[in-house]
Amino acid sequence: MIATEPLHRALGLSDEEFEAIVTRLNREPNHTELAMFAAMWSEHCSYKSSKVHLRTLPTEGPQILVGPGQDAGVVDLGQGMACVFKIESHSHPSAIEPYQGAATGVGGIIRDILAMGARPVALLDPLRFGPLDDPRNRYLFSGVVAGIGGYGNCVGVPTVGGEVKFAASHSSNPTVNVMCLGFARADAVQTGRRGGEGNVLLLMGAATGRDGIGGVSVLASRTLEDDAAESRPSVQIGDPFSEKLLIEACLELSERGLLWGIQDLGGAGLTCAVSESAARAGIGADLDLDQVHLREPSMEPFEILTSESQERMLAIVRPADLETVLEVCRGWGLEARAVGKLRGGGQLFVRREGHVVARVPAAALTDEGPEYHRPLASPPWLIRVREDDPATAPFTGSLEDAFLAVLGSPGIASMRWAFEQYDSLVQGGTVMGPGADAAVIRLEGTIRAVAVSTDGNGRYGFLDPFLGAAHAVAEAARNVAAVGARPLAVTNCLNFGNPERPEVMWQFAESVRGLGEACRALGTPVTGGNVSFYNESGDSAVVPTPIVGVVGLLDDYRLMTRAGFADSGSSIYLLGTTFAELGGSQFAETVLGKVSGRPPELDLEAEANLHSFLYEAARQDLLASAHDCSDGGLAVALAECAISGGVGFSVSLSGRELAPHVRLFSESASRAVVTARSGREEGVEQLAGLHGVPLTRIGLTGGSRMRFEGMLDVALADALVVYEGAIPKLMSESRSQGVPPV
Amino acid sequence: MTAAARPRVGVVTFPGSLDDRDALRAIRFMGGDPVPVWHADHDLHGVDAVILPGGFSYGDYLRTGAIARFAPAMTAVREFADSGGPVLGICNGFQILCEAGLLPGALIRNRGLSFICRWINVRMQDERGDVLQIPIKHGEGQFIASPQELARIEDEGLVALRYCSPDGVVDERFTPNGSANAIAGLRNQHGNVLGLMPHPEHAVDPDLGPTGGQFVFEWLFAAARERVPA
Repeated sequence: MIATEPLHRALGLSDEEFEAIVTRLNREPNHTELAMFAAMWSEHCSYKSSKVHLRTLPTEGPQILVGPGQDAGVVDLGQGMACVFKIESHSHPSAIEPYQGAATGVGGIIRDILAMGARPVALLDPLRFGPLDDPRNRYLFSGVVAGIGGYGNCVGVPTVGGEVKFAASHSSNPTVNVMCLGFARADAVQTGRRGGEGNVLLLMGAATGRDGIGGVSVLASRTLEDDAAESRPSVQIGDPFSEKLLIEACLELSERGLLWGIQDLGGAGLTCAVSESAARAGIGADLDLDQVHLREPSMEPFEILTSESQERMLAIVRPADLETVLEVCRGWGLEARAVGKLRGGGQLFVRREGHVVARVPAAALTDEGPEYHRPLASPPWLIRVREDDPATAPFTGSLEDAFLAVLGSPGIASMRWAFEQYDSLVQGGTVMGPGADAAVIRLEGTIRAVAVSTDGNGRYGFLDPFLGAAHAVAEAARNVAAVGARPLAVTNCLNFGNPERPEVMWQFAESVRGLGEACRALGTPVTGGNVSFYNESGDSAVVPTPIVGVVGLLDDYRLMTRAGFADSGSSIYLLGTTFAELGGSQFAETVLGKVSGRPPELDLEAEANLHSFLYEAARQDLLASAHDCSDGGLAVALAECAISGGVGFSVSLSGRELAPHVRLFSESASRAVVTARSGREEGVEQLAGLHGVPLTRIGLTGGSRMRFEGMLDVALADALVVYEGAIPKLMSESRSQGVPPV
Repeated sequence: MTAAARPRVGVVTFPGSLDDRDALRAIRFMGGDPVPVWHADHDLHGVDAVILPGGFSYGDYLRTGAIARFAPAMTAVREFADSGGPVLGICNGFQILCEAGLLPGALIRNRGLSFICRWINVRMQDERGDVLQIPIKHGEGQFIASPQELARIEDEGLVALRYCSPDGVVDERFTPNGSANAIAGLRNQHGNVLGLMPHPEHAVDPDLGPTGGQFVFEWLFAAARERVPA
């Protein structure tokens, strides 16, 4: 019965965790302390189920300036510049309140970048929803997209990418991930390790209110039950205007050397920011809750300590700089209050109305949380599902119908409906915006640029979590290479079900293993990320959804390669080899109605060779276009090149041993479609040989049709209608945007 | 270069302005001298022309531009405009000019209710009728005015730009936000105040896309030079 449930259980702590707290404190915690532990030891903050696996990931490389464990990863761009980047999940709040859930996700990740001393320059939003024939999924999709736009557009950070996919398992559990990139001078990156006894803790930004209390423990670290709507008060409300002021004020403080340290307030609010600031420096802190700018004066200490009110940052300031810092904040119309001081001794003292209301070792909250080796078990049903290989069944249907069905399937079709709701141009750095293989953002005043892409194939993850995660890395890096950039590093958001279920934990462990193997092979270390568990409701969990973000560097963005066919009469080449691989393919799902078989094999050496070819070919200006080949296979890749460039093609896909539909729709990895610049064909062929990349000349660009010799022949205009029209058509079936269906 | 050849162009930053740095960059790219102006400033630092940039001034939670028009800098902008100084309002700047009464009409939620970020075509409403490619990015860009006011706007030839097809056909189908008479940009009776929903500052650098915005800066610089003889 709830009435007799001990408080620690109501707060999400197990009996064993409660005992561990008692042992650590040598006494029973009071209610305030218990709330602090519950927040900090929640799955969301402590990574207690995932840590043992995450430790196996490769995190080092000459290009890595800051790896995991900080607010965001940092990679060296050379010439004194650095790129700060991180991805996070905001799925749980978005499932309950899509607009604010997504909006505050954007705000939160921006503050992570800001906490590293970087100006946020780009956002990407990988999203997963249930099928759009369900009105609730349309409501969630339109609400999340509007929320991302509503916040991102108003805060002045361009949204330049992110993919949207659909699967039944996401029906009640949408996946909403947000990635942010920032640029900073490499020597100005804040690592938050400097403490300094006597330095002032300055709380900047919005007032602290009762919103978001229990966000990390109630929302993010439990499964959503039928009464999820009652959790709506746990969802925070975003104020992008305050965030914009916070960005400008923090950057001015950083620029003027007035920040000794800076920390964002996100999950677990003030408790997390203060304990992390102190624990990282190996000291303690005094925190006076009377000084916190409250929205409601009657707030209890535990509420002030765990509130997740948005748009707040905690600055660590030398006492001598305090007046100047407050003046900068006033200039931006920003509230800022000294709420405490760092002190020696490692203890965190919290006072309210003159009394000590909590006294805990800072490190006990941050570093001494539980760590679990949860049991793993591969699900028995997977064997049967994998045995059903879609490539073995003969296909007798119309290839043309199949082609148009795949092209118009929501996971493939144009996402213009969504990304036109995002400002992708503000800040004037967007060289390539949404809808391309990778987004490209230039470094102001230079010819250099960063390319970034996010990917993750849920069907592959479902059928083989190891391969699924490895493919996510390979595909995101391939996208970055396709625009002519050298992939540098990885961030990841791992979206899974309940880790207390051995099947889910096995999926998670396998995914991390796949992630690590691919990152090692491709030379792209992991700089951090986020784990989102408990993405399930009732008996349905999300398919394993590791979303991988890859950041790469373009030496000269004027040599960037685009996906669209640029001209008529160019030779089209297929790089890589097509095998009979339809397991987990878009064709199998859309046309055969199956998600079965094994995902394509992944030869990481071949993948790495392809990336170095693409990067080198762009540098030598050999290519008129380049596009990676993934979901929907060669047929879709070619169609996208034609649609994007407005130029048709005629190709002949050889390989008699493969059935026509396999040649068209196989999703064999490590492939790309490129066209040579006129007169550079020989250069392309030689370079492919040099890098050991199999290359086949399959046809020519030109005309207004998509001709696959002996297979199908479709007018470009007809394909365009299907490709561009699919999502608007599905979404127009519901004009009731903003009204949740009961 | 002389001051007149290299006009000094101010950009007013309100709290919540977003495209202010982009406007300053575009001024420099086009050969002007960019001058930042803060919303709390009481004068415009002697600039030859002024831009009210895009963004969400003061969050625009009440109504777009409704708060910004009360900023101290706006008193200076009004005086500058009244004395014939060239003023360009872009997106939120256009909304502020309408709120301040420096341009007629108002800008409300897009017809489709969604924010739209897209490269579009606009046709200049002069003898040449050039078609420019410039991006829009706004949620509240649907221009409206009372029937009498709209008639006056048309009679006095105040429309500067209309949305159109790539080959210049003005038609409702090519008006992304439902604006009355496909109005994308408007000037005042004296011709020195111009408000635009499209963003010319994002269409000047050929490295980033089409350069339809260059025409707008050329107009602004020419107006600035005319006002300040060399």
